[in-house]
Amino acid sequence: MAKTDIIIHDKKDNVGVIVIEKVTKGQDCGCWIMEDDSSSKVKSEAEIPLGHKIALQDLNEGDTIIKYGHDIGKVVKSIKKGDHVHVHNVKTKKW
Amino acid sequence: MQIPKSFLGFKRENGRAGTRNHVIILPVDDISNACAEAVANNIKGTIALPHSYGRLQFGADLELHFRTMIGTGRNPNVAAVIVIGIEPKWTKRIVDAIAKTGKPVEGFSIEGVGDIDTIAKVSKKAQEFSMWASEKQREECPISDLWISVKCGESDTTSGLASNPTVGNLMDKLEPLGVHLCFGETSELTGAETVCAKRGKTKEAQDKFMKTWSSYNDFILKEATNDLSESQPTAGNIAGGLTTIEEKAFGNFQKIGSRKFIDVLEPAEEPTKGKGLYFMDTSSAAAECVTLQAAGGFNIHLFPTGQGNIIGNPIEPVIKLTANPLTAKTMSEHIDVDVSKILSREMNLDQAGDELIKSTIKVANGRLTCAEALGHKEFVMTKLYRSA
Repeated sequence: MAKTDIIIHDKKDNVGVIVIEKVTKGQDCGCWIMEDDSSSKVKSEAEIPLGHKIALQDLNEGDTIIKYGHDIGKVVKSIKKGDHVHVHNVKTKKW
Repeated sequence: MQIPKSFLGFKRENGRAGTRNHVIILPVDDISNACAEAVANNIKGTIALPHSYGRLQFGADLELHFRTMIGTGRNPNVAAVIVIGIEPKWTKRIVDAIAKTGKPVEGFSIEGVGDIDTIAKVSKKAQEFSMWASEKQREECPISDLWISVKCGESDTTSGLASNPTVGNLMDKLEPLGVHLCFGETSELTGAETVCAKRGKTKEAQDKFMKTWSSYNDFILKEATNDLSESQPTAGNIAGGLTTIEEKAFGNFQKIGSRKFIDVLEPAEEPTKGKGLYFMDTSSAAAECVTLQAAGGFNIHLFPTGQGNIIGNPIEPVIKLTANPLTAKTMSEHIDVDVSKILSREMNLDQAGDELIKSTIKVANGRLTCAEALGHKEFVMTKLYRSA
């Protein structure tokens, strides 16, 4: 079993969660997809701490973030694959 | 793992079983706190449950106050109850409702007597109750006597990945054995509300859930000055990597595993439709939510946390679990069950669920939770609106 740096809930998700203390910029990260127990890789473009999200693909303003296979908010500032995804570039669609 | 079929609990007069054997001194209102605390200080083996409300409330808000007071006294973790209020009428209403369980309960009012004589009189009765309760022995009770409530707090992405699914795994394993289960947190299901509604076992339960959630959401839309971004997610949630309320909601929702709920309860309402999972309309503030669930009759609580919530409850033991390896290390005195090995894939959900079941039985048998050992006794009434 390859080392898991990132866990992805669902195959449809476009973000994953860092599960080691942090990933550093340029790190080749091992991903585990829980839904079907498969693996993939992504290269991080930023330092991202434990529990925070990484983009698994390029995302444009207005795109929807998918996690757990569901809509969890909208992109408000474009995001590159491997970037840190958080309150600076994603907002709720509620309220 | 072979799931234990029983635990050692305190059998109560009405057929329920407790995981604890408390004698409580329950003030009806804020101004009776001083008396209640003085009595609890005088008589060992009793605890006072001071709180902030109980005067000039009306309508649904007053009904909720009574339901919470009465439900707390009725909870099987409570052996006997003393109720102290400023005046006799509301005090009697609470005493009479608790008395229906068959447990010892007595009420006192302060008006026309004063604190000092009331404290003397109540202390004598409290001593009698405390010594009577101390004779009670734990007996073997079927696991179906467990009424388990759940609520998460200071959540982060590790909650949705691992600690909440661990609770879900426990629910999936214990529900078939006939336990009662309860989840709440109306506000924190926002974003996952339609998915959650589909978990209603009947059309009636589904509609009741949507009605409850919509009424909460309408209130937010009416009262919010801007949005809830300062409150939902909280600063702790954001530090832990949670970005939006929707993300928090889908994580939260993992706690019920693949179960379906049979009914929607009012805050502090006791379930009456038999074993299984219930949704209770509650605040998402930890102490308010657990206080309401305890008042609904639940006798043991599971509390997954990410960044490290430290809540406890005076009558319902609160078991904390975390999947965040940093929290497990830096706040170890608050964590009963560490499931952080799920993230490094050294432990799977099935194993984590088994660990949680073992800890739940230990605590049901009498082992102190971290929150109990540390003296956490948060008893917080939910208030619906301003007083008259």
